[in-house]
Amino acid sequence: MSADIVLRTEGLTKEFKGFVAVKNVSLAVRRGTIHALIGPNGAGKTTCFNLLTKFLTPTAGRITYSGQDITYASPADIARMGLVRSFQISAVFPHLTSLENVRVALQRKMGNSFHFWKSERQLQSLDGKAGELLEAVGLGQYRAIPAVELPYGRKRALEIATTLALEPDMMLLDEPMAGMGHEDIERTQALIRRVAKDRTVLMVEHNMKVVANLSDTITVLARGEVLAEGSYAEVSRNPAVVQAYMGSTGHAHG
Amino acid sequence: MIAQAPAIAAIGTPRHHYAAFAVMVALAALAQGAFGIYPVFLAKVLCFALFACAFNLLIGFVGLLSFGHAAFWGSAAYASAHAAAKWGLPPELCILFAAFVAAALGAVIGGFAIRRQGIYFAMITLAFAQMIFFIALQAKFTGGEDGLQIPTNYRRIAFGFLNLRDNATLFWFVLGIFLIGFLVIYRVIHSPFGQVLKAIRENQPRAISLGYHVDRYKLVAFVLSAALAGLAGGTKVFVTGSAALTDVNWPMSGEVVLMALLGGMGTIFGPVAGAVVLITIEEFLAERAGAWVSVIQGGIFVLCVLAFRRGIVGELARLLKKPL
Repeated sequence: MSADIVLRTEGLTKEFKGFVAVKNVSLAVRRGTIHALIGPNGAGKTTCFNLLTKFLTPTAGRITYSGQDITYASPADIARMGLVRSFQISAVFPHLTSLENVRVALQRKMGNSFHFWKSERQLQSLDGKAGELLEAVGLGQYRAIPAVELPYGRKRALEIATTLALEPDMMLLDEPMAGMGHEDIERTQALIRRVAKDRTVLMVEHNMKVVANLSDTITVLARGEVLAEGSYAEVSRNPAVVQAYMGSTGHAHG
Repeated sequence: MIAQAPAIAAIGTPRHHYAAFAVMVALAALAQGAFGIYPVFLAKVLCFALFACAFNLLIGFVGLLSFGHAAFWGSAAYASAHAAAKWGLPPELCILFAAFVAAALGAVIGGFAIRRQGIYFAMITLAFAQMIFFIALQAKFTGGEDGLQIPTNYRRIAFGFLNLRDNATLFWFVLGIFLIGFLVIYRVIHSPFGQVLKAIRENQPRAISLGYHVDRYKLVAFVLSAALAGLAGGTKVFVTGSAALTDVNWPMSGEVVLMALLGGMGTIFGPVAGAVVLITIEEFLAERAGAWVSVIQGGIFVLCVLAFRRGIVGELARLLKKPL
């Protein structure tokens, strides 16, 4: 069974000047599943997410990814290992076109990213692949548009296309539906389901409908600790979870 | 400050860049030949234009505000003057040596500074630049308050045949160096490396999450900028005949910021326009207004920030709807 675990944390703890944001969290994400991290406001989801993506360094505990210890790896290093994150605020390169956004991700593997004496024409060989990725997320007709001009939902799609360009084994999505309208949520949900077919996804998400629809496993955090874990049916019946949510957001189960 | 950079053009050199480049070279040549402007003044303007372009590579295309670029310009000027006065090297080797000195200094200062962002980055570069100023003031080999003069008996022959005592020849020599530097910067911006720099400028955390070790890219850009600033500073010595404390003092760092801002940060031709306007004002007003030059420069700075933040070329590019 343990060979199936792609990302594992043991006793993960993060303290900020006496305040413990994440306390002794042990997670095990199975390969090929969609795993959701939920919890009321201030539960430590974002801190936990930033620990996993190496944008924060844990105070104690261990993180392993595909059997390798990544507790002290740099964020760029884990991206090179196939563990790629998204951001809560849509992370695109605003003044680059959609095509250029995706191409920047493809470019790294070409090995010419330090070649300041070469012409950028070299990058045109990536245009085909970048175009395919844009088509795959429904952005085919936006390839020449600067990212800043795309509507919000499309930016998210562009971000996912850029992430997919790295061919990650595992994607970490930070609130992929934040700030989206109904239509965008439907589309993005279908997109996540599609890209999760041959990879592992861990996401932090507030929208319970989305969590219920997409997730195989849900871990509930409260006050920095794991409160419950299981399928949506299991955790939503858990009295501790219900109480934690009633205390803050009321109808979050929606 | 850089949020208003015009949309980046598609791959390849757009036709209007060729046109703008031709206009720039033609104006420089005409100013010397047809309009009969003093060639030494023009050569000085070209040195500052290259300096501003080198600075703009960092602020405009990586989003790093260096407030210590006088260190590279100034130390290169001293290195160039030293190589000429003490070693008797020909001008082209003096200038090359100066660029190397500036690049090495850039690797050291950049190595420390790029670990920090925003105001901290600016303050670290300023602090290092002030150390260099202090060395220039105190050390024996820099000549202290007097600076370093190129001796009158120095043989000012570049490449074995260009006599730099002749003002017109000096102008063409400096124009050549300026164009080499300018084209190098153009290529860097439009290279695979430049594409990553733009990504870092646009969204650094995202560039990191795509697996780029952004600090290494910033350091390479910093060293390139320092080397090109050094190329300009080393050349300047053969125009003015000396390296002086003003070359390495902090107002020089401020002046290059103003040039880039006035011309248009993040544009390709903007820093050149900014240098032309600013040096012309200084030269013209030096005798007439004296200390008021600083006040006028301050006024220009305020006006730029308040009224037209895109700068001269930035505003022009907006009107033409083409990145320049």
